[in-house]
Amino acid sequence: MTEKDVRYVAELAHLELTDAEVQRFLPQLDAILKYVQKLNEVDTTRIEPMAQVTFAETQSPPLRADQARTGLGREETLVNAPEHGGGCFKVPKVIERE
Amino acid sequence: MTELTTLGIHALQDLLARRQTSAEEILRAHLDWVERRDSEVHSFLAVSAERALQQARAADRRLAAGGALRPLEGVPVAVKDVILIRGLANTCASKMLENYIAPYSATAVERLEEAGGMILGKTNCDEFAMGSSTENSAFFPTRNPRDLTRVPGGSSGGSAAAVAANTAMVALGSDTGGSIRQPAAFCGVVGLMGTYGRVSRYGLVAFASSLDHIGPFARSVRDVARVLSVIAGRDPLDSTSADIPVPDYEAGLEESVKGLKIGVPEEYFKGLNAEIAGPIENGIKLLCALGCEVVPIRLPHTEYAIACYYLICTAEASSNLARYDGVRYGLRAPEYADLRDMYKKTRNRGFGAEVKRRIMLGTYALSSGYYDAYYLKAQQVRTLITRDFIEAFDEVDALVTPTSPIPPFKLGERLDDPLQMYLADIYTVTASLAGIPGISVPCGRTRGNPPLPVGMQILAGHFDEARLLQLAYAFEKAGGFEIAGSPNLPHTGT
Repeated sequence: MTEKDVRYVAELAHLELTDAEVQRFLPQLDAILKYVQKLNEVDTTRIEPMAQVTFAETQSPPLRADQARTGLGREETLVNAPEHGGGCFKVPKVIERE
Repeated sequence: MTELTTLGIHALQDLLARRQTSAEEILRAHLDWVERRDSEVHSFLAVSAERALQQARAADRRLAAGGALRPLEGVPVAVKDVILIRGLANTCASKMLENYIAPYSATAVERLEEAGGMILGKTNCDEFAMGSSTENSAFFPTRNPRDLTRVPGGSSGGSAAAVAANTAMVALGSDTGGSIRQPAAFCGVVGLMGTYGRVSRYGLVAFASSLDHIGPFARSVRDVARVLSVIAGRDPLDSTSADIPVPDYEAGLEESVKGLKIGVPEEYFKGLNAEIAGPIENGIKLLCALGCEVVPIRLPHTEYAIACYYLICTAEASSNLARYDGVRYGLRAPEYADLRDMYKKTRNRGFGAEVKRRIMLGTYALSSGYYDAYYLKAQQVRTLITRDFIEAFDEVDALVTPTSPIPPFKLGERLDDPLQMYLADIYTVTASLAGIPGISVPCGRTRGNPPLPVGMQILAGHFDEARLLQLAYAFEKAGGFEIAGSPNLPHTGT
């Protein structure tokens, strides 16, 4: 891993790392990534990947009845918002006017 | 009268039934002890005295009116601060959620309250449950009540320490890669992670969804069994919760363990620290003395578990934590240029170093060009690790291992080396990957000064919690917690 990689991944993850953080994370992430290379010792030819443990590969999860349910009300939902108004979440302007 | 804070559920409810105490008296004894003892241990992020008092008074009114004791009537419970309780702050020990008030309760919490439990407060943990020492809390570290210079383990360190320090009778924690079992071992208490799907995750703040569990801590196996019976079972609000009947775990505890076949996986003992190996070997001898047949067994993919786990959990975390963007809840950076800048500044300000590190690692593992080499590969190895266990449980009824390869370490000792911190999870991440249940029980202690708790882990096949608990109970009854030859643990006070 290089410093450029760290900055690129931070950008993908929407993290604005300081220069000091980049310098600190680089050797740490590099050491972890070197360690996980260990997995290459394992032959995984024709081994199915496992994404969940609840259901056997051939089984599909049971679906609930398609019925409307009441969720959280608007007020309860907005109470934790950093900024809201008119019953909506407020975000910085994303569309510029001419 | 016996000190109320040192009792187990059974003894406590005996007193309640005979009207020798009241729920309010029990609660006040605990709140007083929290005030004194927790100023050293720092288990609690917030104490919900008012709410608990209402619950205590409601319980006392119920009992006065001739109501029967519910399973957790009058039991003071502490809850890890990643499990939502309606109306209480839920910080996940993060600056990101410092001002977040839970709009609903986790199903496990609702069930505890319906069973008569009184919620004492929310406990400290590693930020977003990421860590093995509770030092990653954005607020303060929790200390191990057995030795205040050492960590309580993590991530559910606050819950484990509260139970060990008698500030709570039982507690809820969450376990993604060992976050209940390892702090239970470090603090000398019992901690259980059920089968994936045994306990609803509804209301547990998501870290790695295919690995997250809620589970109980207590000072005895019987109390853990009681709490598990209350919180387990199908929940329509968590589609991964299993529709499998919940046995009365407590009623099944007395079943004989004679003739059970116990596997000892050799991979878990290679190069093991002698401080841990001694007590665990004595523990295994005790199981033999109880009539169990102990056989060596192999779990050949064990050495790949840490690499596999840290790729999968970070990948899932990078996706789950994308929601903290300063829009719907949590922190928003005060100054920014535009929307994208607001996301970035908010996330950089709100998350601590370990959370950022894991998001970075997970984002990298999922990024274009690396997905197959890291994430997909890890998922394939997860299949192999799971197969190891399934094959093992064709031959044996349960497995016995150390819970942690090391005793509780000093605060600050491992903070600058994340990889070393990850490697300490080696014996707990395997069960998480396979989705099988595990329990950590006290098993003697180290010879140091002061002596430190050692934990023994018992693992069983999917949905075989009853077996785990029977073994753990037989072990406890035979004196396993205080294995012969171990020095005495320092008192944690009353």
